[in-house]
Amino acid sequence: MKSAVITFPGSNRERDMMYALELTSGVAPVSVWHADTTLPDVDLVVLPGGFSYGDYLRSGAIAARAPIMDAVRDFAEKGRLVLGVCNGFQMLTEAGLLPGALMRNAGLTFVCREVLLETASTANRFTQGMTKGAVWRCPVAHHDGNYFADADTIKALEDQDRVAFRYARGTNPNGSINDIAGITNEAGNVLGMMPHPENLVDPLQGGTDGRAFFESALSVVAA
Amino acid sequence: MKARVTVTLKSGVLDPQGKAIEGGLAALGFAGVDSVRQGKVFDVELNTADATKAKAELADMCEKLLANTVIENYAIEIV
Repeated sequence: MKSAVITFPGSNRERDMMYALELTSGVAPVSVWHADTTLPDVDLVVLPGGFSYGDYLRSGAIAARAPIMDAVRDFAEKGRLVLGVCNGFQMLTEAGLLPGALMRNAGLTFVCREVLLETASTANRFTQGMTKGAVWRCPVAHHDGNYFADADTIKALEDQDRVAFRYARGTNPNGSINDIAGITNEAGNVLGMMPHPENLVDPLQGGTDGRAFFESALSVVAA
Repeated sequence: MKARVTVTLKSGVLDPQGKAIEGGLAALGFAGVDSVRQGKVFDVELNTADATKAKAELADMCEKLLANTVIENYAIEIV
């Protein structure tokens, strides 16, 4: 299982993501710079969290037009796995690889805390090894995580079982419609999520709840 | 040629920042405010004298970057 993590100016979770990927797959990911125009031969590409370009204009907006993004789009169209976490999720919506938008949190404040996530769907290539309906701990850290899409898009996401994760038991930190924390594209090979599973994979981080997600996503690739 | 691009949230899209500004105005004693919606203004200088061409190019800029048309509308004005 081979993966790559793309670093943008202002990314800050790329090392956390690389640590989690290496810990769970045993293979060190390749680091890719945003100004590169080609991706290495890998199975999974990750857009990590952070504040690319200082969140100027809109979160993820400038990064979504970075030189590497054409290669990411081709990679996704070939059916390979693309994961965007936090700022990476914002980039995927800005790039049009996922529907909707991440708006300012309803409470207006930056939220940095732990939430409970429900694995709401296992009908995609990332969560198919997880337990549907299971609730697990996961950290969030964002200012623009309020998922919005028009009613038709929300209906399509729900009908097609594309809501991978929901905030559970009243822990929605940002006002997202239907408690949406993560969604996939139609083919199920592109996933965007606001919470940070990479920040709960080692007992030193306070728990290992995030491991099941990586083990599921990576086992699909290895198979 | 100078142009002004105004980007506003579509109606129906929740605007928490506008709501907070509404609250701020009420706190200052402005009692007659029904609603506030926050948007963005871009002043763009273009090196062309052709207004039609400029508008077309600005529309392209809005579609590709200045606005997120999932949640925002844009208006272009040559000033």
